[in-house]
Amino acid sequence: MMDTEIDRELLEKIADMLGKPVGAFNIRKDSGCDGRQSTEHIQITSKEDKPGIDIRIQPGTVNETCHIPVIITKSGLSETVYNDFYVGENCNVEIVAGCGIHNCGDQESRHDGVHTFYVGKHSHVRYTEKHYGGGTGTGGRIMNPKTVVYLEEGATIQMETVQIRGIDSTKRDTKIICGPGAEAIVTERLLTHGDQTAESDMEIILDGEDSKGRVISRSVAQDGSSQVFYPRMVGNAKCFGHVQCDSIIMGGAKIKSIPAITANCTEAQLIHEAAIGKIAGDQLLKLETLGLTEEEAENCILQGFLA
Amino acid sequence: MLELKRLSYAVEEGDGRLGILNDISLTVEEGSLVVFTGPNGGGKTTLAKSIMGLVQPTAGEIFWSGEDITHLGITDRARRGISYGFQQPPRFKGLTVRKLLTLASGDERLSKDRCCQYLTRVGLCANDYLDREVDGSLSGGEVKRIEIATILARQGKLMIFDEPEAGIDLWSFARLTETFEQLHAAGGATMIIISHQERIISLADEVIVVGEGRLRHRGAPAEILPQILADTLGGCPVLTKEAKAQ
Repeated sequence: MMDTEIDRELLEKIADMLGKPVGAFNIRKDSGCDGRQSTEHIQITSKEDKPGIDIRIQPGTVNETCHIPVIITKSGLSETVYNDFYVGENCNVEIVAGCGIHNCGDQESRHDGVHTFYVGKHSHVRYTEKHYGGGTGTGGRIMNPKTVVYLEEGATIQMETVQIRGIDSTKRDTKIICGPGAEAIVTERLLTHGDQTAESDMEIILDGEDSKGRVISRSVAQDGSSQVFYPRMVGNAKCFGHVQCDSIIMGGAKIKSIPAITANCTEAQLIHEAAIGKIAGDQLLKLETLGLTEEEAENCILQGFLA
Repeated sequence: MLELKRLSYAVEEGDGRLGILNDISLTVEEGSLVVFTGPNGGGKTTLAKSIMGLVQPTAGEIFWSGEDITHLGITDRARRGISYGFQQPPRFKGLTVRKLLTLASGDERLSKDRCCQYLTRVGLCANDYLDREVDGSLSGGEVKRIEIATILARQGKLMIFDEPEAGIDLWSFARLTETFEQLHAAGGATMIIISHQERIISLADEVIVVGEGRLRHRGAPAEILPQILADTLGGCPVLTKEAKAQ
């Protein structure tokens, strides 16, 4: 586990891991298992019929963490992995996923992660997923995460996805179905550069009475990269939903943002906001008056925006 | 000491040139508090911005502490101790009040206590604001007070404030004037404040009335304030008593 400097760098970037994590974990490296630990309340087992794992969290599990990072260090490796999370009732847990690809070859490396969450009544899940690509090779670094979340009555998920940098192509597909009183908060941060492409397709379905959904998407597109966002909020009952997409566009980049809200109930209250713009000149000037160079000011604004 | 020598700034307009600043020469002594006042569009902000480097004059020279800074950029001037509080400060999605104060102070480990001191001096409570983003969720008055706090955190040798009172409520304004008074009494910093407020004008060592891109009057507050009041309706010698009453 964490054999090489590359492994350590990737695991730190995508899962903040500086050593063996506390609690349950499963480290997937180059399509194999590089380390696993179940705990008394969190059981991790391999799937029998396809690549991936099942994570079963016992009812009443609180203040426990589960790390399931994936790293790919071989050029030309392509995989689709299925991870299913069964979270019992009245839990409060943190799950840290993430994928890092280090590609020093000329062949494409690709990870498609399909995650499905079944979150029991009144449970709270904090889920973090960071993506990062590195290595000097010309082969592509591709990640296509698909996440489906079923929230039972009173359950909540705080989902934070971050694409740090270095991913040549990504297509995100996220779907969350909220039961009565359930709440989904999705924070998406995405940076593209070079000629990278990113697409994020998200649907939050507010099915239950008094359910809530909030999407906060912030992205930066640099150089000649392109991004497409398609966040949708559907209200099928008395509910509240808010979609907010903000993007900073730079160089010759292109961004398309198409938020959509659909109300199928008169008691559904849905709001969407979307904004795309370059870094404002007065922001740069202000930071320069604080002693930053123009380049430092730009980095500071971007870091803050994507933090 | 700050010295402006024959400073001009003009813009192209139609077939001709429009002078925004016209041949302004001015000396501001170290440690003094000078207030720029005058009618809207008279050139006060352009004059202040030219000192910070936000506007590049088309003629003339600027000396700060004996150094010719006319052609220095904003960053270099900031690093020589010049700071500037914007009349309409920008908002930053993602940057917190703590981060802005940290950047302003230049101390990456700026303590909460220090932040609290700067915010208290502009009438804000650190517990309520430190971790908030300086974005659209803050009112104009709040952003303005945070802006002034960044100048306090900067601890520059020359502090320029462009209409610090604009958008600030009466209670915070009273606190702000106390802060300016204390800063001035403590010495160490030269202050230029663009203001129309009598209370701020009365704090000044010297008041300079800027109009039509020139220095129209200059003198002590006791000398200049009556002239300003004479320009109001109440002081207008043309209007009749009845017209003034209406």
